[in-house]
Amino acid sequence: MLMAAAPARAILPIQHWQAASGARVYFVENHDLPMLDVSVEFPAGAGYDHPAKSGVASMTQRLLKSGAEGMSEDDVSRGMADIGAQLAGRFDADRAGLSVRTLSSDAERRRAIDILARSLRAPSYPGEVLEREKVRLVGFLKEADTKPDTIVSRTFYRLAYRDHPYALRSTGEVKSVESITREDLIGFHRRHYAGRYAVVALIGDVARAEAEAIAEELTRGLPEAGGQEPALPPVARLAQGASRMVAHHAAQAHIMIGAPGVARADPDYIALYVGNHVLGGGGFVSRITEEVRQKRGLAYSASSYFYPLQREGPFAISMQTRRDQAAQALEVAQATLAEFVKSGPTADELEAAKRNIVDGFPLRIDSNRKIHEYLALIGYYRLPLSYLEDFVKRVEEVTAADIRDAFRRRVDPGRMVTVVVGVDEK
Amino acid sequence: MTSCKHLVLAALALALSAGPCHAATDTAENKLSNGMRVIVKPDRRAPVVVVMLLYQVGSVDEVNGMTGVAHVLEHMMFKGTAATPAGEYSRAIAGAGGRDNAFTSNDYTGYFAVLQKSRLELALRLEADRMANLTLSGEEFAKEVKVVMEERRLRTDDQPRSLVYEQLMATALTAHPYRNPIIGWMSDLENLRVEDARDFYQRWYTPNNATLVVVGDVAPDEVLALAGKYFGAIPSRGLPERKPQDEPTQLGAKRVTVKAPAELPYVLMAFRVPALRDPERDRESYALEMLAAVLDGNESARLNRTLVREERIASSADASYDGIARGPGFFYLSATPTPGKSAAEAEQGLRREMARIIDEGVTAEELDRIKAQAIAAHVYQRDSMFFQARQIASVESTGISHRTLDLQLQKLREVTPEQVREVARKYFRDDFLTVATLDPQPLEGKRPAASPAGLRHAQ
Repeated sequence: MLMAAAPARAILPIQHWQAASGARVYFVENHDLPMLDVSVEFPAGAGYDHPAKSGVASMTQRLLKSGAEGMSEDDVSRGMADIGAQLAGRFDADRAGLSVRTLSSDAERRRAIDILARSLRAPSYPGEVLEREKVRLVGFLKEADTKPDTIVSRTFYRLAYRDHPYALRSTGEVKSVESITREDLIGFHRRHYAGRYAVVALIGDVARAEAEAIAEELTRGLPEAGGQEPALPPVARLAQGASRMVAHHAAQAHIMIGAPGVARADPDYIALYVGNHVLGGGGFVSRITEEVRQKRGLAYSASSYFYPLQREGPFAISMQTRRDQAAQALEVAQATLAEFVKSGPTADELEAAKRNIVDGFPLRIDSNRKIHEYLALIGYYRLPLSYLEDFVKRVEEVTAADIRDAFRRRVDPGRMVTVVVGVDEK
Repeated sequence: MTSCKHLVLAALALALSAGPCHAATDTAENKLSNGMRVIVKPDRRAPVVVVMLLYQVGSVDEVNGMTGVAHVLEHMMFKGTAATPAGEYSRAIAGAGGRDNAFTSNDYTGYFAVLQKSRLELALRLEADRMANLTLSGEEFAKEVKVVMEERRLRTDDQPRSLVYEQLMATALTAHPYRNPIIGWMSDLENLRVEDARDFYQRWYTPNNATLVVVGDVAPDEVLALAGKYFGAIPSRGLPERKPQDEPTQLGAKRVTVKAPAELPYVLMAFRVPALRDPERDRESYALEMLAAVLDGNESARLNRTLVREERIASSADASYDGIARGPGFFYLSATPTPGKSAAEAEQGLRREMARIIDEGVTAEELDRIKAQAIAAHVYQRDSMFFQARQIASVESTGISHRTLDLQLQKLREVTPEQVREVARKYFRDDFLTVATLDPQPLEGKRPAASPAGLRHAQ
């Protein structure tokens, strides 16, 4: 039996240093393919929005690709396409930034890094592009608001996070988007895209010295931030459960059950992660899928997850079923959750989950793309460089009692937010 | 590139007794005596293996009243054999640290597992078992066909744009079975029986209709030996005759309107064009691929630059060429009008861009940009073993050898501006066109409702 656990040295030889700007840099040197992946991220995600202006964080990030330092938006997209480079936005509740995938050959790499650096440093935020993007986004929001999957998730976040910014829709609302001004974007960029907040993650076909030069170029001349790094408020635990039934014409009811769950740095995270693998995160073999789909044919997709963020990201069960079966599916999911919180996993289930996570570990880092994601994660959340090998070791060590204990403390089936979209009007 | 360390998995690589460090090795192709093909592409960047088994059968092979059976059978392949009861396939793969799934297309059906390379044998043993010994119980079928109906509701019935595509294909084609959705019409699903799935299984799931594709840190000889051990004893069977079901000549433009609850209209246009048959000689396919990229290959390509950024007629506009198919090929253009604009205005915008290419042609600069993107993409693709397996599967399923993938890139690079203009001139004609339009309907029942009987509140 081969084990990936407890390796004597780093699974992932991560190099880490600080750039002159104060930016944290994470690098894995890999010459297998003549390519390079680079990302730069900042504490500038949707969690830093204000309710009346939700969507500013997202628009600030979105328009990073719309021209800088004399480059028009066409210059940026053409410049990248001409060298076969792929520029992409990165945005979630915590982080925001850009990434680029480029060939590592000198001419291509230099050009890609140059456009990336200028786009991060001095986005021009052209007024006419902003007005156009607002119109487009409002159209997409109105379209999204007709869809049951959007409605269920918006309602769920609103009830689970109430006053916390994680309750806000990451792209903003129709009204708040319409109110965004160019000054909002410039101000948000100045406050959040500071050099000393930046996290640079690189993997690919360059040597250390070149990686250092790239990190310098990417973070030089970024806004200077004074004072404290932006922080997110703590998430309050739900005092009581809540439920909403929303009428909708769709053939299927969309169902979410959950609550604020766990933060990235929480010591309970590993136990909750492994436990959830048994409960509903392990694909075809987990309990919720087994009960809802395999045994009863009630849904195509039924699962549960923890989404760890800077603060407590959500725990949620999510599924869709023909509307007249909603009550039955809900009951099955609730009973499955209650039983799991009460009794935890069986010894066999726990062992199977560990084998999947531990023996499947090589699959998590079998491409530059996947390793790059871990670098960005480790960097942003200031996780130890040994995070991946610690992860494997800690998964091996988790006991059924740890899981039962963590779930009992962190997941209260009696205090869940429950949303069903797709019931009949009265 | 000469360097080739297991840099990612230093410790693991040692533990897993990595073989000598290899540069990219050639793909090996063999055939078992029962006719099953085995294609192995070594990729030693990580101690992982992708195992993909393809059956050259898809929704195109379904007969009247049986739409969806190819896909339902795909689901049933996870429902057990005598040796491996229902659900145990996935349990075994998961327990070995792997992940698995399957997919059904018009032309083929594929099953895959991704695992540590040391578990290759497990994947092959289980795959061979379900090729020959599927149970197909009536009880499991009754549950699983319900799951598939939920899948149809989720992905089609409640998705206005999926309905537009479904109606487009059903309108564009009269005789060819691509007119039917892969997931099947709901009425056919409701009336499907386990015997139908069994019949389909017995007709098509034979080694001589299967291709095993393995990409990963493995030696071709080792894969071939294991494939022989597990699949070699499964006898081949004669395959049913495939009727060509050729589509008759289209006699004029076709139009269909889809009314569905939505906010924004949407227009989807499809032109009948050739699919790739002979990678060496079919110049038009490459020109069509370049044409799609000139229109929509990057953010500054024509549709986005003109319709979205400059004229602001559309919130989004797309072009694509689907030329890897056993049946007819299609060139698609689509657009979502900007709020306040109509589907007709978006369609006119797309037509203006088509006319501009016919009238003025395309520039060498545009083609150079797309060629640079294609060359780079060829490198980036090698970052994913799964993508490589999928790519081999996709071309092989249409009868084109994976050995022509490099040739195809070369041919793409040889396309000239005049060839692009020529295919636009030849195929952007109403006699090859079908247009489907989404006519948005107001939503009913969006207001908060009383909870119906049976829905218990948590508070």
